[in-house]
Amino acid sequence: MSYKIEIEGLNAWFGNNHVLKDVNMKIKERAVTAIIGPSGCGKTTLIRCLNRMHELVAGARVSGKVLLDGENIYGNDVDPVTVRRRIGMVFQKPNPFPMMTIYDNVAAGLKLNGINDKRRLDATVEKSLRMAILWDEVKDDINKSGASLSGGQQQRLCIARALAVEPEVLLMDEPCSALDPAATTKIERLIRTLSRDYTVVIVTHNMQQAARVSDFTAFLYLGELVEYGDTKSIFENPKNELTENYITGKFG
Amino acid sequence: MKRTKKFHDFFSDSDQRPKIGFKKKITGDVLFRLFTALVMCNIFVILGLMIYKITEGSRLSIETYGLGFLWGTKWQPFPPMPGMAPSFGALPAIWGTLVTSTIALLLGVPVSLGIGLALSEFTPKRFNYIVSFLVELLAAIPSVIYGLWGIFILIPYLQRNVYPYLQRAFGFLPIFQGPLYGPSVLTAGIVLAIMIIPTVSAVSRDVFSAVPNSQREAIIALGATRWETAKIVISYGRSGVIGAIILGLGRAVGETMAVTMVIGNSFNMFSSLFEPGYTLPSIIANEFTEASSPPVYISALIEVGLVLFVLALVINALARFIIWRSTKIARGAV
Amino acid sequence: MNIYTSRKVKDRIMVSLTYLALVIALIPLVSILLETTIKGVPAINLQFIAERIPPLGQPGGGIGPAIQGTLIVVGIASLIGVPIGVFSGIYLAEYPRARPALAARFLNDVLTNMPSIVIGILGWTLIVVVIGWSVIAGAVALAVMMIPIVTRTTEEAVRLVPESIREAAIALGVPRWKTTITVVLSSAKKGIITGILLSIARISGETAPLLLTILGSRFWFSGFTEPTAALPLAIFNFSKSPYSSIDWPKAWGASLILILMILGLSVVVRYFTREKYTGK
Repeated sequence: MSYKIEIEGLNAWFGNNHVLKDVNMKIKERAVTAIIGPSGCGKTTLIRCLNRMHELVAGARVSGKVLLDGENIYGNDVDPVTVRRRIGMVFQKPNPFPMMTIYDNVAAGLKLNGINDKRRLDATVEKSLRMAILWDEVKDDINKSGASLSGGQQQRLCIARALAVEPEVLLMDEPCSALDPAATTKIERLIRTLSRDYTVVIVTHNMQQAARVSDFTAFLYLGELVEYGDTKSIFENPKNELTENYITGKFG
Repeated sequence: MKRTKKFHDFFSDSDQRPKIGFKKKITGDVLFRLFTALVMCNIFVILGLMIYKITEGSRLSIETYGLGFLWGTKWQPFPPMPGMAPSFGALPAIWGTLVTSTIALLLGVPVSLGIGLALSEFTPKRFNYIVSFLVELLAAIPSVIYGLWGIFILIPYLQRNVYPYLQRAFGFLPIFQGPLYGPSVLTAGIVLAIMIIPTVSAVSRDVFSAVPNSQREAIIALGATRWETAKIVISYGRSGVIGAIILGLGRAVGETMAVTMVIGNSFNMFSSLFEPGYTLPSIIANEFTEASSPPVYISALIEVGLVLFVLALVINALARFIIWRSTKIARGAV
Repeated sequence: MNIYTSRKVKDRIMVSLTYLALVIALIPLVSILLETTIKGVPAINLQFIAERIPPLGQPGGGIGPAIQGTLIVVGIASLIGVPIGVFSGIYLAEYPRARPALAARFLNDVLTNMPSIVIGILGWTLIVVVIGWSVIAGAVALAVMMIPIVTRTTEEAVRLVPESIREAAIALGVPRWKTTITVVLSSAKKGIITGILLSIARISGETAPLLLTILGSRFWFSGFTEPTAALPLAIFNFSKSPYSSIDWPKAWGASLILILMILGLSVVVRYFTREKYTGK
């Protein structure tokens, strides 16, 4: 297994606020990597740097390199739009397009990229919904509005929508924090399944979730990568005292 | 660079997925922003044209009458004696605009504030929707229909049931003396008052509704009545209310058709409200299409338009400034 | 009377006064609608809608050309005004902090509150002076009134689209401009169309700009560079007629038709936006 994403000397700012300080990480392919840390440590910023969404905020700045399969996504000639087609994202609060049907939501990424062949769209929509473990629940209502689903279903719909454009990496920013425990369990199981084919990077403030779901864990504190390794070692044998204090609940 | 996929790659046979390292020179984003920016520039173009054309059109009149235009009281496009030059002075129209707007504010603002308060503080919420809708209907009625109603319904009513008593009670005041014309300055003021109600009441209702509940709760906890609570709300929102009033003033000043149809269209430095008069917009509406000669006639009318334009600009800027200041105060910067 | 009772009395009086204000405002509304209906209905028949406008004092005839004129001038004005207003509104919403945007927003506000007669003067100096009293001049004047309104309502509608929707589309690898014209616009569709319809209702009733541009006429539409009739102008002219029994009912009839057109649009708009209010 090789490294899908290599982060080298990544720094990020919000105006004058230095939120990510010299982060270096190598993310393994087809595994789940969790990013944990207390509020404000920069984990959401880090993940948003991976698909070049951080820079969309006014006053935001990034320096350093992020290599996707060896190519720097922050290279001078790179169009961020192309990056985002290969690295998908699921957000904290489910955001299906309310004015579109379930079908159209999933197909949105394809349609907007010019693919209009009905057979392809039908096939992709079904496959994506199956991968997101949502197909059986919605297959008879596929023309209902995307907003008519429950919270957990909406989030799975967003996952299906992200998967439909066939990214190689799936970024998930606290995907379960707006959901109830039952829905959370479903999605955690889904994440494990997805990791067979996709590289998943998940930000979570819930340590137990990180322990359950991920193969590798990174602990971020005040913008710095404090410790990074396979999940088992991080949780059972943290090398850094800060990590140990966070994991044992002494702060954050 | 290999990518083993579980699904067959939809993008492999189309150029929809350029590898990273591909950046188009001029992106769609740049073009889109440029396009919409250019379209938006229409605002500058329109205002620029307006200033230019109206100033140019007024030039003849400005050169002929100078500043005296503003305090001249004679309006004679066709002088009675041959050899005499036409004379134009806009003071009666300015006077008329001032007086009718004042009447409109005096009558319309209390009613509008009452409505704004009622809708925001006193009426049950399900009521609001219907009442707001009805008040908005008032705004949707075209000016010319207000005028029609004014001529045929309001004036007879006022002449029969209101003006005589008004004169009997307040006839000692010069503004209520003299013959009771139907089409008059007072009538125009009343119609204007009705026409500004939708604007001023809607804005004040919004201003009052925006007052945080914590303010109301504070005074209610001290045992205040509904009215006493409302006074706190008014006080908190007073700059917004002033903005609303100035907006109403702007509407009253610019209103043309309804005023033209009920004010009597007479170039008269009236002293009684029962007399007919003129306003800046109504003189333009009334005389423009007939003003083919002499050329200075049209120019004078356009200059009246210029005065109106400047007035509207100043009132609008004032309203904007007050609203801007009020948000500054709210943020504690002042 | 102790202080408590007097406060209570004052409270009751003041609150009643505000309710009185409501009633006072509704009296003219009811009166106008009632009188227009009562006096307008007798004048309306098929002939009234279909026939030419007779000279003042001549019985019979109709206001067909006025209805036609209004539809044509408002139609052309919309063709000009809607695209310009919508794209301007999109610019102001998408790039709110750009320097031209700040100036434009203030100036747009100024234009919205400009007296309609001044806009009529603009139409006259710009177009009538060149090609004469004409439909084009009237359409341009009405478009100038329409553009600031549509710009503002479009800007508000696009602003209201939550950021999360934009982010979702961008994360799918859709370029920003495409996100705007597909996902964002269809989210804002309702608000934008509402704004357009309301501005159409507003300009249909405007008289002053037309007075100085299309002049008015008794005859059917005869060319874009010719004067034409319009409902508000017809109402104005009939109202000035000394032949009360013949022409004043026509004024009311034309008013009824105009009001039905405008209120019809307003009610349709209200119907489409009603979900907004049930949540309050």
